Amino acid sequence: MSILEVQNVNKSFGGLKALQNVNLSVEEGTIHAIIGPNGAGKSTLLNCFIGKLIPDTGTVNFDGHSLLGMKPHEINQTGVSRVFQTPEIFSDLTVYENIMIPCFAKRDGSFCLNPLKRVKSEADIHEKAEHMMEDVSMADKRHMIASSLSRGDKRRLEMAMCLAQDPQLLLLDEPTAGMARADTNNTIELLAEIQNKRHITMAVIEHDMHVVFSLAQKISVLAQGTVIVEDLPENIKGHPKVQEAYLGGAH
Amino acid sequence: MDAILLQILNGLDKGSAYALIALGLTLIFGTLGVVNFAHGALFMIGAFCVVTLQKILNISTVAIDPTTVDFLGNPLKVKTPYIVNWFGEAAGSAIINWSVPLAILFAIPVMLFVGYAMERGLIKHFYKRPHADQILVTFGLAIVLQEIIKAFYGANPIPTPAPEIFRGSFDFGVWIGMAENAVIYPYWRLVYFAFSAIIIGSVFAFLQFTTFGMVVRAGMADRETVGLLGINIDKRFTIMFGIAAAVAGLAGVMYSPINSPNYHMGMDFLVLSFVVVVVGGMGSLPGAVLAGFTLGILESFASMNEVKGFFEAMYLPSIDQIIIYLVAIIILLVRPRGLMGRAGVMEE
Amino acid sequence: MFDKFQNNDRMLMLFFIFLVLAGPILLAPLGAGYPDLLQRFCIFGIFAIGFNILFGLTGYLSFGHAAFLGVGSYSAVWMFKLLTMNVIPALILAVVVAGLFSLLIGYISLRRSGIYFSILTLAFAQMSFSLAYSVLTPITNGETGLQLTLDDPRILDAANTSGGLPSTNFFGLTMNSTSKLEFFGMVFQFNVGFYFCAVMLILAFYLAMRIFRSPFGLMLKAIKTNQNRLNYTGVNTRPYTLAAFVISGMYAGLAGGLMACTDPLAGAERMQWTASGEVVLMTILGGSGTLLGPVLGAGFIKYFENIFSKINESVLHGWFSFLPDGLEDLIVWVLHFFVGKGWHLTLGLLFMMVVIFLPGGLLQGAANIIDWIRGKKQSSSTQISNPNSMPAE
Repeated sequence: MSILEVQNVNKSFGGLKALQNVNLSVEEGTIHAIIGPNGAGKSTLLNCFIGKLIPDTGTVNFDGHSLLGMKPHEINQTGVSRVFQTPEIFSDLTVYENIMIPCFAKRDGSFCLNPLKRVKSEADIHEKAEHMMEDVSMADKRHMIASSLSRGDKRRLEMAMCLAQDPQLLLLDEPTAGMARADTNNTIELLAEIQNKRHITMAVIEHDMHVVFSLAQKISVLAQGTVIVEDLPENIKGHPKVQEAYLGGAH
Repeated sequence: MDAILLQILNGLDKGSAYALIALGLTLIFGTLGVVNFAHGALFMIGAFCVVTLQKILNISTVAIDPTTVDFLGNPLKVKTPYIVNWFGEAAGSAIINWSVPLAILFAIPVMLFVGYAMERGLIKHFYKRPHADQILVTFGLAIVLQEIIKAFYGANPIPTPAPEIFRGSFDFGVWIGMAENAVIYPYWRLVYFAFSAIIIGSVFAFLQFTTFGMVVRAGMADRETVGLLGINIDKRFTIMFGIAAAVAGLAGVMYSPINSPNYHMGMDFLVLSFVVVVVGGMGSLPGAVLAGFTLGILESFASMNEVKGFFEAMYLPSIDQIIIYLVAIIILLVRPRGLMGRAGVMEE
Repeated sequence: MFDKFQNNDRMLMLFFIFLVLAGPILLAPLGAGYPDLLQRFCIFGIFAIGFNILFGLTGYLSFGHAAFLGVGSYSAVWMFKLLTMNVIPALILAVVVAGLFSLLIGYISLRRSGIYFSILTLAFAQMSFSLAYSVLTPITNGETGLQLTLDDPRILDAANTSGGLPSTNFFGLTMNSTSKLEFFGMVFQFNVGFYFCAVMLILAFYLAMRIFRSPFGLMLKAIKTNQNRLNYTGVNTRPYTLAAFVISGMYAGLAGGLMACTDPLAGAERMQWTASGEVVLMTILGGSGTLLGPVLGAGFIKYFENIFSKINESVLHGWFSFLPDGLEDLIVWVLHFFVGKGWHLTLGLLFMMVVIFLPGGLLQGAANIIDWIRGKKQSSSTQISNPNSMPAE
């Protein structure tokens, strides 16, 4: 069953058509990679999922209901979380606080004012945050200010923050960009483990083919704003259309 | 009809002042990315250039005139300005009479220098600081400038009359074929409006037709890219700051006969000019001018008795005091970007 | 770890209570031990604490907080006129009215953030100021200011037979009654009004501390750091910012109410933009985002205001009389701009100095000096979070 259904999505900026009739469906419980050359519209597409951009036409359905017209925080409440290309974290706060915030947010729904409770007296949330930090092996860095973390740690932290919400769908925008090889492998392991343990559906934008082919169960190839192929990984390798898109149409 | 015309005319002079200050604010904001809370103080300094010039021109020799006595029988002291001594009676008093227009010549170098000093001495160091710091430091500067003026010139408004031939009013209605005495309008306000129109026009022409202006406009649109082209954008922006300061100062010079300069006039106008900028759309020069005149005229309409009575019936007394704020609130609720605001300015 | 934090808070609280209650004794040697000034310390301390809940935690820089202070004062005086001279109903009304007023202004202003927000709050405060002078004269008594009169109804109080204006009281304890104590040649003054304000300050501080440590406070800090992430975490930030705005508005209302309690009159000049600027300065001077900072900043500014305003030219001449005449006159001429009525000039300069050189405030400065003495290169000044960032929209 597909959890995310994208149909005939169009988006243009001025005269530039960023997305043209994009169709995509992400199966529940799988890792779906979206690849394509630079400027193919991958990030634009992701922005349409989370409410940062609104498509000109077309539909985006998540779990049976439309996401169009919803505000970013409402979309998140339906169970969609996103990891950004440049980590969006609370850089002035500690790692621990960073993870506490999504733990609170998910339980509280949108708004819960309890100004007289202590952060630390919320035992179950505290415990959940501790678990989360261990899962991404950052427990020893809990008191570090997030802005002082390394790039890889920042991204792991952001991932942990998203996972703390137990999302149904996790969107990842180049989770390994700019990482060293070892870090990349760690991230692959982490994602695979998350998928095994929690069965979270993931849509991943990625440049690194090593990552794509070690994780993805299905791959969509985006070029010039349209999906040219959507198939299993083994069929993508060597697919003529894909080669054409990447190598610039050597007829 | 004539009442409406009169209110439009009345709105023009305040609208011009708003537009000129808002124009400078927008220029600085658009080019330097700094919100200048001291911009109202520049307007005030302009007005006090007139006061200063007037004082200088009136420096006098004091002579005892033995031919006249006061009621106690003491001889009267007669003051004769040096100017009169130097240039003779007629030319001397003409110079004093025309001190407001003359102050333009005096104010331009002063304002350019003040603007230059402000940008190089203070604002420059705040480009990379958060907006909150920029606001705070210019706010502090506004207080300092205002208090310095207060310390030297006192707290009371100082009248600075317009040249005599502009002092009266004239029957504007007759010019355009209306009944006599329908629209009586002071000359100086018309002068002020014409002056503002010229200044606004020349700023736009300058930005539109010179290469300097082109670079500045490009910089307003995308600062980093223009910087990458190898153009020394910072230097141009310094000059731009000076020009914005001069525009605000000249607005103050010419406004001084309408409203006698006092030390808090800057802040009074600044708050409203900010509202104008917000209504016009942050970063949009035409928006600033349009909103300036619109709000000036609206304010003047709201002070009409008919309009006041209408709103009083709706439990909104003294609508003229708050009309600008009300309009600003409505605009912000309906069009958060303002009338002509661009997307992405000050938003992310 | 967990317990240590709570212990630290408890220590801080005890230290604070001691500092405030012993104020008349501690500050007497500094010449600041008299009730009027001490009351002002407390009142502006409350004002700054409240402002810090908004600015220090969420990063939203409001330039209109004086409006809430003014509204609080007017409400309190009206309560004195109509109902009773007891301060409690007056304070309750002041807080409630200021809260409602800030709800209204916050609802509109918080639709935008960053500079827009600052400008909007400034505009609203100026609007309130000009309304208080003109249209609302029946309520505010215009330029004269709202005062008590002999024929006010005061329906709960016994008929006033003394012939003079009644004074404010706390269930019979008169606010301006003072007991003096002489000790080692110094006079210590213990004033009911001060102790009342002091208790309010301690309560206000305690509440602020709880807010700082609560999940709500954590959310506010998160808003300051990264509003985008919060949105993508399913949090609608506006109720949080609005709640913070209203809370800080209520603090301002309380401060305004207390002002009326110690001196029952209210004028529009309390709502002017300079007053709003002053509380901003107090907060950043002490260190925004810290608990103690705003109170210290408020005390610092009110203390120096008090000292500077009293200095006049003859005092200056006295100080510099050892210098040769010409030099003495020159120095006095320069300095006289900064003292007496020129205090605002000093305030403006101080404002600029703090923003330029000490953006983290006095507490940060002190921490830097301590670090420097210890030879550490301020690597871990993490307790004080960066107060400079504005929220991105």
